[in-house]
Parts: sequence; structure tokens; C-alpha cells
Amino acid sequence: MLIVGEKINTSIKKISQAVESGDSAFIAQVAQQQVAAGADFVDVNAGTFVEKEVDYLPWLVKTVQSSIDIPLCLDSANPEALIKALEFHKGEPMVNSISLEEERFHSLLPVITAHSCKVVALCMAQTGMPTAADDRVSVASELIERLTSAGIALEAIYVDPLVQPVAVDVGMGSAVLQAIPTIMERFPGVNTICGLSNISYGLPARRLVNRNFLTLAIAHGLSAAILDPTEKHLMSNLLATQMLLGQDEYCSDYIKAYQGGSIEDN
Amino acid sequence: MSYETLSDAVVKGDINTAKEETQKAVEAGDNVQDILDSGLIAAMDIVGDQFSQGLMFLPQMLHSAKTMQECVELLKPHFQEGGVTTKGKVVLGTVKGDLHDIGKNLVGMMLEGAGFSVIDLQVDVAPEAFVAKVKEEKAEIVGMSALLSTTMPAMSQTIKALVDSGIRDQVKVMIGGAPVTAKYAEEVGADAYAPDAGSAVIEAKKLLGID
Repeated sequence: MLIVGEKINTSIKKISQAVESGDSAFIAQVAQQQVAAGADFVDVNAGTFVEKEVDYLPWLVKTVQSSIDIPLCLDSANPEALIKALEFHKGEPMVNSISLEEERFHSLLPVITAHSCKVVALCMAQTGMPTAADDRVSVASELIERLTSAGIALEAIYVDPLVQPVAVDVGMGSAVLQAIPTIMERFPGVNTICGLSNISYGLPARRLVNRNFLTLAIAHGLSAAILDPTEKHLMSNLLATQMLLGQDEYCSDYIKAYQGGSIEDN
Repeated sequence: MSYETLSDAVVKGDINTAKEETQKAVEAGDNVQDILDSGLIAAMDIVGDQFSQGLMFLPQMLHSAKTMQECVELLKPHFQEGGVTTKGKVVLGTVKGDLHDIGKNLVGMMLEGAGFSVIDLQVDVAPEAFVAKVKEEKAEIVGMSALLSTTMPAMSQTIKALVDSGIRDQVKVMIGGAPVTAKYAEEVGADAYAPDAGSAVIEAKKLLGID
């Protein structure tokens, strides 16, 4: 299970303020906390700044990677910001995300083919958002085919089935859960990834809903998740789930986490 | 005429009772506009209010809206020539380049529930399309939604298009969506900002001087 830490996003007020004031110490601290909590990638997103994203995204890359030694998930749909951010990035980043929306696809494809990177392929079509599992599978299939024919390896593709709120349509959870194994069986080697918070939009006790959804998604084969790794309860669920699915040899990750004091048991 | 049982049923999302009560009122020869206003719309006002206060949750609000829709279907055959009086016409859509429709649909549903007539242009709506529809329908309000910081500028472009076509002063502009703020609404010259579907109704009424 690959974990992408989601906390460095300028839609969060403290992050936005730190980026504007150039508070690199704060940004570094948020990055370090996420890595210590188990993040494999750290997501950086400065999308709320629209025009200034071009300057802020590369700044985030430099700032974060001067404090931690892991690759980043460059979270932007702006090709210009991505090109500049990629210049400074060390190692193999993940780019989040390309989709089937024509303009986005054509503007980002040259960016991601020019670098060795992992790419998030969001199941958003030109015409609208998917509802049923079948819609997700067909958008994913077309995206995967177009990306692989542009020379991107299946293993570098992380399909995001696009999680939508169950509060609006109770079928939204199962649509994603069905789409995950179908996509992965149709394209052996391809990865799947998703965020969690959309699923619980409009509901009370959202974290409970999020972590149960994560458990179900992992059980359906999800290979990566964008989440807050410093959220103890969520990470405890993740580790227990992986262990129960036989993905944690000798239960060692689970036990290590327990001994490190990061398992929440109530 | 009081429609407490009907209103209660709509608030609770009790479709069967609500339909029965609506049918009963119609058969008793009640005024259809009265059933709509005092029974159904009054109920949705309560729902919107409770939702804004966090006392009701999204699925419950949708359940109430669905209940109301079913009742309206029963009323439709009895509408007078020319239909019923609406609170005003709203042209609604998600701005150009943006395909997110959930929030916009909720706003549309709640505005209809409150008695507005809603013309939904769906998603990825170009500024010219908003302008054309506002002209064609003589709409009082145009509502724009954007879920991406990258598509927010299309709100400003649409407002500019309304100015350029000379109809800006004939229509009120209301905007909303996750990245949108009251400050942004002010900056781009919108008339109102609605953070959620419940407040969209409140703001729409304020814009037209209702209540």
C-alpha cells in the first residue's frame, strides 16, 4: 500500500499562509510529520493561488525536498506549474492528475511523457462525472489505453476511480468498490488510488465513514491512498486491514506501529 | 388552510403520508397554490433552515426534496392555466471548464423546493450560454457554481459577459462552490455568495426582496 500524505495543500488555511509568507520551516515540519507517520509520497498542491501556482509549486518542491528524502506527488492541472516544479524535483515524482477532459489530457501528456514519473489518471470524462461502476471502468480503460500508447508503463499509472459522496447517492461507494478490481483485472499491473474525504461529504462523523471506506477499498485491491497519515485512527485501521488481508508478513508492520505507540485501539 | 401533517411528512421524508395528504387536499377541492405554498414549500423552508444549522444532514434533505417532488407530481394535473406562481426564475449552471454537478444540483433542488423556477444549464456552461439563457428566460437570478480554483475565473468572465451584453443590471448574480468565498464574490462583482444549498435559498430570497 502506497501512502500519499495530503496535508500540504493550500486549500488548508495554515498551509496557504505559510506558502504566502514563505515559512519554509512550517512546511518542512508538516512534510516531516507525514513521513514519520508512514507517507511514501508527500502531496504538494498550491492550486488555490491560480496565477501564483507557477511560482508556489516549485517553491514547495524545493522546500519539502530539502527537509525530507522522499518523492512528491505534484498535485496540479497546470502544465506550466508542473514543468517548473519538475525541474527542481529529485527522484521519480507522481503527477496528480491527468483525465479524459480533452484540454487537460493534451496539455498534460507532453509534460508527463517528458519525465520519468508515476501518473494519477482521474476517471473524469470530457462529458461529465461518472456515476456507475461501468462508467468508471470505461473512462479508466480509455485513459489507460491512451497513456500506454503514449509510452507510459502500466505500472506507472494510478487510476483514481473518482470518489463521490454516498450522501448524494448511496450507490457511490459500491460503484468505486466494484470499479477497482474490474480495472485492475482488465489491466494487470495497473495501480489504483483514491482520496477518502469525498465519500463522507454531507454526513456526520465523517472520519468514521472515511476509514471504513478505506478498509473496504483496500479489501477490493486499492493500491494507494491519498490521506492524512498523521491521523492515528485511520492509519491503525489501514495497518490492521493490510494484516488481515495477509499483506503484512509476520504482522510486523502492525506490531512495529503498536510498539511505536501509533496504534489506536478504541 | 393548515397543512401540518403534510409539512411534517415532507420534513421527515415520509413519501406515503405526504402523497396521501396531498391527494386528500386535492380531492377536498383545496387551492393548489395553497397546498404548494403552505404545505410543501413551507416544509422545505424548515428543511433548508435545519440543514443550514446542521440539524439535518444531506441525505435527509434529499429525501425531503424527493418527497416534495412526488407531491408536486400529484398537483400538476390540477395547476391552473399558466401554472403556479413562482418566486422567481433562476438560471443555474456550473461554469465553463468545470464538470462538477453535485453542489449545483443541490442548489437547484432547494431553490425549486422553495418555489423558484429553475432553468438548469448543467455543467461546463460558457459565459455566452449563461447570457443567452438569462435573456431568453428573462431570469431574475443567475447562479454559478465552480468546484475548482482553476475554473473560478470563469465566474468573473460570465459577469463580464453580462455587462458587455447590457443586461447586468437586469439580473442578480449569485455564486458558490467549494473554493469560492464571500471575498471572491465581492471581488468579481457578484451580488451574493451562498456557501451551501440552504443559504442559496436564503440569498435568492434576499436578492429578490422576498420575506
